[in-house]
Amino acid sequence: MFGKLTWDSIPWDNPLPMGAVAMMVAVVVIIGVLITRAGKWSYLWHEWITSVDHKKIGIMYMLVAFVMMLRGFSDAIMMRLQLAIASGNEGYLPPEHYDQIFTAHGVIMIFFVAMPLVIGLINIVVPQQIGARDVAFPFLNSLSFWLFFVGMALVNISLGVGEFAKTGWLAYPPLSELGTSPGVGVDYYIWSLQIAGVGTLMTGINFFVTIMKMRCPGMTLMRMPIFTWTALFTNILIIAAFPVLTVTLALLALDRYIGTHFFTATAGGDQMMYVNLIWIWGHPEVYILILPAFGVFSEVVSTFSRKKLFGYTSMVYASAVIAILAFSVWLHHFFTMGSGANVNAFFGIATMIISIPTGVKIFNWLFTIFRGRLKINLPIMWTLAFLSTFTIGGMTGVLLSVPGADFLLHNSLFLIAHFHNVIIGGVVFGMFAGYSYWFPKAMGYTLDEKWGKRAFWLWVSGFYLAFIPLYALGFMGMTRRLSHYDPSTGWQPLLLVALSGAVLILFGVLCQVTQLYVSIRDRHINQDVTGDPWDGRTLEWATSSPPANYNFPFTPVVEDRDCFWSEKEKNNGQRPKETREYVDIHMPRNTGAGVIISAFSLVFGFAMIWHIWWLAGLGLLGMFVSFIRRCFETDVDYYIPAAEVEATEKLRVHNV
Amino acid sequence: MSKSNVTSSGADHGTLKSYIIGFMLSILLTVIPYYLVVEKSVPTVTLILLVVAFGLVQLLVQLVFFLHLNTKSEKGWNFQSFVFTALVVVILLAGSLWIMYNLRINMMH
Repeated sequence: MFGKLTWDSIPWDNPLPMGAVAMMVAVVVIIGVLITRAGKWSYLWHEWITSVDHKKIGIMYMLVAFVMMLRGFSDAIMMRLQLAIASGNEGYLPPEHYDQIFTAHGVIMIFFVAMPLVIGLINIVVPQQIGARDVAFPFLNSLSFWLFFVGMALVNISLGVGEFAKTGWLAYPPLSELGTSPGVGVDYYIWSLQIAGVGTLMTGINFFVTIMKMRCPGMTLMRMPIFTWTALFTNILIIAAFPVLTVTLALLALDRYIGTHFFTATAGGDQMMYVNLIWIWGHPEVYILILPAFGVFSEVVSTFSRKKLFGYTSMVYASAVIAILAFSVWLHHFFTMGSGANVNAFFGIATMIISIPTGVKIFNWLFTIFRGRLKINLPIMWTLAFLSTFTIGGMTGVLLSVPGADFLLHNSLFLIAHFHNVIIGGVVFGMFAGYSYWFPKAMGYTLDEKWGKRAFWLWVSGFYLAFIPLYALGFMGMTRRLSHYDPSTGWQPLLLVALSGAVLILFGVLCQVTQLYVSIRDRHINQDVTGDPWDGRTLEWATSSPPANYNFPFTPVVEDRDCFWSEKEKNNGQRPKETREYVDIHMPRNTGAGVIISAFSLVFGFAMIWHIWWLAGLGLLGMFVSFIRRCFETDVDYYIPAAEVEATEKLRVHNV
Repeated sequence: MSKSNVTSSGADHGTLKSYIIGFMLSILLTVIPYYLVVEKSVPTVTLILLVVAFGLVQLLVQLVFFLHLNTKSEKGWNFQSFVFTALVVVILLAGSLWIMYNLRINMMH
């Protein structure tokens, strides 16, 4: 009746996950009670959950990302604590629990923190930067978000019901095959990534079409802001790479569910093919994450230097070259697999070549800052921290791209230090820069600078303390995914330093939570009435903060790069009085279809994980029927009357 | 397609003539490999290669005549997207084959 699911699937006797689950349930219940007492369920359903507004969907992505960052970061602190203790003893985490933690940490941080941060920012910013009122397919956008949400929910359910994968974040076979991982951990991994991955793929298609088709008049490709450019390349990479992930995981699922032998160690299977396929997706994924961060830095650097970006054209072409080369380097993740010197040399050199367009970008940012009148605010501070940190990470990456060196450093802590150096120093700092840069645009008030600066210094110093020791530990021979070690290795002092770094980052995270709280509390003091708090250059700063749901009362006409800036210069910083006649605005209507289809996909995913076949069939049927119902929906749009637009815009002018 | 039929929205919708030509070519390109397989007059390896070749040509015929792939529609973006996709597919297939072949030589002998 319930497949593999029994009462014993819940780890009652294990205090750590049970405590975490109890805390999560308590938080959800408290939030639920608070919403009920405030009578906000209806508001939440009509204004947020069913919303197809790209700005609200973007905010929800960011919210999920920050909540999941707390979870992924708890995993990180637990690992650092374990390794700081476990010199000559087992530490406080049994190996099988430790294995789940490092797997969950990787999966959560990449798929459910970094990805939603990137996609959330793209959602909030890109339509406004190109002068559009929404994305090309607003309903699809809502569906994408909720499918992603279901993937995240499955990972969290695994904490309390069953277990998560113990295989490392990419679930290499033969370890992830049924014989060696008979539990439901890998199944949780497969279905949460499959469902979230479908959402991501649809986001990629949606934004590719949005950027290609919905730019306002005059917004030629070479007038697009760099963030929109990098978002375009990221979405192209998503479209090209995510199907590979879907197929690879589907083949692994077939091995586990119906006994095929694609990647098994016996019966003619080849586990190396899985490694090859997963990295064909995995390497472009790195650029899917970092390119939008590069876009953020380009916007921030030029706004805060009060100059146009140095080398706009080279920036565009550098991004394009990175996007194409992203598909030609994947073997550097498995030099040691044994493909031989010719193959390794080719992919090693291809890898080194990528550092050239990346270097071009670094110099472009430096030359933009050079002789600019730099205003030191949070976004530019994160950018400056990125420039130094990412350069170090990039250089250790070039080191690893030498196959001979890689044979020494492969799967050592040197590698761990390297990719944290580029992902935290690049993607995370970039997303924090974007978060503080566009927060006033999304929410209508600026973030508190004082707490933000505290968070900044704790994060940056904590980062160096936590990860530079790992480079040394890698040279000393410490491998990744190790739960305890012998005292004679002499690793413990450096691991203690790394723990102290992680603690500093913990305080940094606490400062960020405080920053958000203080900013919401003081929102009336820090209100952004102009819609342009940083003296911005691109079109998103022309709307109000937060923008009306139609973004622009009139479709803008662009004559220039940095068009908002040149318009301000033309009018001596004054906003010209609006003389045009307001017209009705055509908008998409909110719909619950996205969340309902996704709810059925949660049922389907959960049932597949636990082999509850009748329930899986029911979930699939539900998805299908609710989707068909949506197809026959005719009332999908409405008009905002001109009078309402006029009233909104007049109120805005009045407030300024 | 000799003459492009780009509408105001930028998409190409083809003509009756182009559909009929595409249909005839598709039938021809299906019938020939079918005949070759049924006749069994060609050695197996050559046969497989021939069938694959006919399949690839068929793919192009359908892209051009039914999906209106040409260099003009959507300001050339359809074509550019196709070239990019083809490039990625070639890199991935050729790369994977090269990697796995070398792996086999190095690890199995």
